[in-house]
Amino acid sequence: MNTAAATPRDRTTPVSPQSGNALLGENDMKVRRFRAWRRFARYRPALFGLAFVGILIICALASPLIAPYDPSDINTRLRGDGPTGSYWLGNDDIGRDILSRIIYGSRIALIVGLGATTIAVTIGVTVGAIAGYFGGRIDFLLSRIVDSLMAFPLLALLLTLSSVFGPSLRNVVLVIGCSVWASYARVVRAEVLSLRERDYVLAARAAGATDRRIIQRHIVPNALGPVIIIASLAVGGIIILESALSFLGLGVQRPTASWGTMLSDGREFLRNYPHIAIAPGVAIAMTVLAFNLIGDGLRDALDPRQRD
Amino acid sequence: MLSYVVKRLLQGGFVLFLVSLLTFVVMFLMPGDPARRMVGQARVTDEQLEAIRERWNLNDSFAERYWAWISNLVTGDLGTSMMRPGVTISQMIGDAAGMTLRLTVLSFVFSLCLAIPIGMLAAMKRYSLFDYISMLGSTLGIAVPNYWIGLMLIIVFSVNLGWVPPYGSASWQAYILPVLVLSIEEMAALARLTRGATIEVMNQDYVVTARAKGLARNVIMVRHVVRNALLPIITILGYRMAFILSGTIVIETVFAWPGIGRLFFDAIVQKDLQVVQAIVLLLTGIIVVVNIVTDLTYAVIDPRVRIR
Repeated sequence: MNTAAATPRDRTTPVSPQSGNALLGENDMKVRRFRAWRRFARYRPALFGLAFVGILIICALASPLIAPYDPSDINTRLRGDGPTGSYWLGNDDIGRDILSRIIYGSRIALIVGLGATTIAVTIGVTVGAIAGYFGGRIDFLLSRIVDSLMAFPLLALLLTLSSVFGPSLRNVVLVIGCSVWASYARVVRAEVLSLRERDYVLAARAAGATDRRIIQRHIVPNALGPVIIIASLAVGGIIILESALSFLGLGVQRPTASWGTMLSDGREFLRNYPHIAIAPGVAIAMTVLAFNLIGDGLRDALDPRQRD
Repeated sequence: MLSYVVKRLLQGGFVLFLVSLLTFVVMFLMPGDPARRMVGQARVTDEQLEAIRERWNLNDSFAERYWAWISNLVTGDLGTSMMRPGVTISQMIGDAAGMTLRLTVLSFVFSLCLAIPIGMLAAMKRYSLFDYISMLGSTLGIAVPNYWIGLMLIIVFSVNLGWVPPYGSASWQAYILPVLVLSIEEMAALARLTRGATIEVMNQDYVVTARAKGLARNVIMVRHVVRNALLPIITILGYRMAFILSGTIVIETVFAWPGIGRLFFDAIVQKDLQVVQAIVLLLTGIIVVVNIVTDLTYAVIDPRVRIR
């Protein structure tokens, strides 16, 4: 949660279940997983978050089945109509069904949220592990790159990159993923600094394992606990960033239904059709809230010391 | 202490260099011929294009161009803008900077003044109704996109009630909504952090000792808890500054506020890359400097840091 996480800590109770797999029987692993799940479930809001994200995934996968109308069907007679019995959330400024567009918009939110996080975790863990394991000049250079990336005002960087490489769904995922990995690198580096001194790493080296194998098999799996927590807490922030980019016209492009572009449509008609701007904002807020609650629950489950 | 200051300054200088290099590389990587981009749709002969390349030194090597850019920058010459011919970029930024400074300082002060007392009170009265409500509020404050709150406030207070102008910066009333909206996320994040930090300090041995020897609760809070709990908050103020500056881009666009964020967005839309480059570097430079200052302040307040 704060920078205290960056200081190496004594791990008397292993956080990730991977540590020492060989020594633990199948049964012990099950018990551990069960305990972690119980700690997660004890935090009720996390279960709400999980349920909401589940619904969202179903909406994204089965949008054509769930959405009452085609999201790009224009019905000029219903332009700017408020909510009615057959159009629950009303119609937008050119007469498209808002509910259907919200349902289709969940695809964009999930693709960007999960896709960009995957890219960021991959880059961040790799950079952090290399910096922490090798130390010295490599560490200095990589750490300064991380520092400079963290110094950029994120949205300014994203808007610049998006305008340079051209706004599109694919570029939004890439641009966000390549801009937000710095915090993972920092945390993993700090973890690796303490992990590389462990006896089992020494044992692996004595057995003739290469650096690459030691990092991949022995160090990274044990450094993943905090990464999972940060990643789950970061998905929501990324969804907000995507919506802001699309809202400003440099994210997902029209006529694709995304919550950000819908808000940007709504902004033009705040005076006459204020209802257009309401639903997409609620959808973003609920989704971000759900992911953040899951993140809080995971923190409780995986790292009980950080509990507040 | 001196060696720490020198080390930190050198690191900061190196980060600034990396940041400027990164900013320059992004523009350099932009696909397409920069000379052709400058003329836009106009019909030009190859000779004219060549003349443009010669005029803007586009035929020079990367290193030469970077050097020319950076040495002009150091002397304060940011070049002229494409958007507004005849106006230097330094002038444009100078005009806008004051407006953004007012906005950011007001929101920063406002959110600090509210968030720190709320966070500490929530920590002291842990699990009370106040604690639950304030933490629920901060969870929501982080999840809801702030520019959407801006739109909703415009609908309620400008369109329906007519109390404040929906955009611009002409009267003092125009400050209310932008400052409020920019503060919400800050307040939420800071209140959470303050609560966590306070709880952590309250569990320290020296606080338990103070309580055991019969010191009054209020005296313990003032003498032992508050000062120590403020330490981790100071470290992230620089980091939060980056968030606020990032936030001004969307918020200034929503409220048509004539500041740096709005200028940046206009420059992005009109592909005025000189202006984009200058603003990104300026904002990032501010954040790097703020980070160095916070680190040094921290070293002065908390001697433990210097040993690392």
